[in-house]
Amino acid sequence: MLDKLKKIWQVLNRPSVHYSLGFLTLGGFVAGVIFWGGFNTALEATNQEAFCIGCHEMENNVYQELQSTIHFTNRSGVRATCPDCHVPHNWTDKIARKMQASKEVWGKVFGTINTREKFESKRRELAEHEWARLKANDSLECRNCHNFTYMDFTRQSPRAAQMHSTSLASGEKTCIDCHKGIAHHLPDMAGVEGF
Amino acid sequence: MKTFKLVSAFSALAFSALMITSVTAASIPEDKIDTLRQVPIDVEPTPPAMQAVLNKDIKEVRNYPMQPPVIPHKIDGYQLDLKVNKCMACHARQRTGDSQAPMVSVTHYMDRDNNFLAELSPRRYFCTQCHVPQLDAKLLVENDFVDMDHLIKANTVQKKH
Repeated sequence: MLDKLKKIWQVLNRPSVHYSLGFLTLGGFVAGVIFWGGFNTALEATNQEAFCIGCHEMENNVYQELQSTIHFTNRSGVRATCPDCHVPHNWTDKIARKMQASKEVWGKVFGTINTREKFESKRRELAEHEWARLKANDSLECRNCHNFTYMDFTRQSPRAAQMHSTSLASGEKTCIDCHKGIAHHLPDMAGVEGF
Repeated sequence: MKTFKLVSAFSALAFSALMITSVTAASIPEDKIDTLRQVPIDVEPTPPAMQAVLNKDIKEVRNYPMQPPVIPHKIDGYQLDLKVNKCMACHARQRTGDSQAPMVSVTHYMDRDNNFLAELSPRRYFCTQCHVPQLDAKLLVENDFVDMDHLIKANTVQKKH
C-alpha cells in the first residue's frame, strides 16, 4: 500500500516527459473552466422551481399551498420561487445549504414524507427547521427583496407601520418572528411563541 | 336528421354567444335581487371587479349593542382552522400587550354553562362566523334599520307633546 502511494507520488513529482509546459498549463486552464462552468450549471439546475417540484412531496403539498399566496400571484407579477426563499443567494452559504440538502435526498430515497399523512405529521418539525434558519440569519432571504431601508411606512397600513417602525427597526424582532406561514400552511402552533 | 342536428347546434351556439355579450353582472335590477345568478346556467358571466377591503384599523361603531364588531383590517391569508387561529395571535389576552389589539370579549372564553375556560371556547373558535371585514361598497338593498337610541329619542319627544 505504502509502496503504491510512493509510486504515485513519484509520478506526480516528476516533470512531464511527453507534454509541454504550455500544453499542461493551457489544458489545465481550459479543463478548469469547463469543470467550474459545469459545476455551476449543475448547481443552478438544482436551484430551479421545476427541479424542486420534480418530487411529488414538494409538488403536492407545499407547492399547492404556495399558489394561493401573494408570493405566487399578485397585481404586478413579481414572484418568488422556491429557492428565492429556501436557498441562500450568497455562494458560500448556498454551498453549505446544498450540503445540508443531502439529508433531503436521504428523505426522498427512504420516503420520509412520501404520503400526505407522513408529511402532515412532519410539518411542524420541517417548519421549525425553516423558522430556525431564518431566525439565525436575520431573515436574509426575506430581506433579499424586502429591504428595510427602503420601506415607506406611510404606504403601509397603520398596524404594519406601527410594528415595523418599532420592533423591526430596533432589531428586536426579525421578519420570521411575525410572518410565519405566509407562503405555506402552518402546522399546529400550540406552544409556538406569538400564537 | 343530420341537417336538423347541425342547425340546432348552430342556433345553440349563436344563442350562447348572444348571451355572453349581453351579460353584465355589474348592475342588478331590484326585482331580481333575490337571485344572485342573473344568467342561464350554461353561461359563465364575467364577474364584477373585486372591491378593496377597508384597511383603516379604525373601529367601526356598532349598530346595536350586541353586534359582533366588524374587522377594520384585511385578513387575507390569515389561517383559521383546527391547527391555527391567526386572529388570536393578536387578539388573545396574552398577545394584546405586544399587538395593542383589542382583546376578544370574555364571553369568548365561556362555555354555554357560563364557566370560564382557560382557552378560547370551541363554540367561539371560528372568528369569521360572526366577525367580518368591510368593503366600501354600494348597498344592494336599502337598509331602513333604526338605531335604538333614535327610537328612544323619538319616543321621549312624542311623550313631551
